[in-house]
Amino acid sequence: MLVSVYRYNPETDDAPYMQDIHIDIPGGKDIMVLDVLHLLKEKDTSLGYRRSCREGVCGSDGMNMNGKNGLACITALSQVVVDDKLVIRPLPGLPVIRDLVVDMSQFYKQYEKIKPFLINDTPAPTMERLQSPEERAELDGLYECILCACCTTACPSFWWNPDKFVGPSGLLQAYRFLADSRDTATRERLAELDDPFSVFRCHGIMNCVNVCPKGLNPTKAIGKIRNMLIQQAT
Amino acid sequence: MVTSITSFGRSGLYDWMVQRVTAVVLLAYTIFMMGYLLFNSDMDYMQWKSLFECTSMRIFTLLALLSMAAHAWIGLWSVTTDYIKPTGLRFVVQAGCGLLTFIYVVWGIQILWGV
Repeated sequence: MLVSVYRYNPETDDAPYMQDIHIDIPGGKDIMVLDVLHLLKEKDTSLGYRRSCREGVCGSDGMNMNGKNGLACITALSQVVVDDKLVIRPLPGLPVIRDLVVDMSQFYKQYEKIKPFLINDTPAPTMERLQSPEERAELDGLYECILCACCTTACPSFWWNPDKFVGPSGLLQAYRFLADSRDTATRERLAELDDPFSVFRCHGIMNCVNVCPKGLNPTKAIGKIRNMLIQQAT
Repeated sequence: MVTSITSFGRSGLYDWMVQRVTAVVLLAYTIFMMGYLLFNSDMDYMQWKSLFECTSMRIFTLLALLSMAAHAWIGLWSVTTDYIKPTGLRFVVQAGCGLLTFIYVVWGIQILWGV
């Protein structure tokens, strides 16, 4: 199989380039893209990429495989390879540090903006703040986000305004706290989002839903934030 | 919160709502006009003139004209803030869009009441 991988080392390269390497897939198995990267690394030890848990939990190895963002560790070759060729690029829209490693600072800044922690100004109970099973169920489909940035870097609105548009991942997390029965800062959280960029730069093209490796739906969460803003304002 | 002084209503929610409401008005106007033209295929100039002499039609057309202006401004503002990054150039293009929109509105009113 031919693998074309994005290479860029700012210390030695003037510009990024694509390196073509032929890889023999052991036993013709349907291995994961991360396994292919390991095979590439054996051939060329200078290749840089992030990885950690290798089972879709840590979110380290988000990258663009044949034009679609995803986690290399849980993306099988049969899902992405076309005509025995695989093109691997870093996540789009973020500065490249080296090869497939991107600078996630802007992504984390947007995450920080939505205050991703519970805010509750009522006196703390002796034991814990209880939720009913129904209240807890409201968080399903939201808390599972692993911040891999596959969705946010697949979103053109984030590409054009990474400093102003919170992005699908950040907004999914924003709704995770808006929907939490234990959080009392709903009004303040919504006030922070009611500008023409933070939420409303989403045009609902659903690239985020298409690429999320955890099967989450940020577009739906953004719609719910919008509904909360409408209800609060009318 | 991101601040912006050039957006239509300074609030994302307000702009979003205005764009949806104006879209409904424009859809209603388009459907009405298409229906009218379809059911009056043999229409002559006098009939067309008398249609626009009617006060209710003038109100409906003015509403559609203003809706078009607001809808276009919000849409073009989004496009310019997406694709034109130098602030000075973006401001000039936005000012141009605003001026053109204003001219179209005044011109449209002039045509409408000049019938």
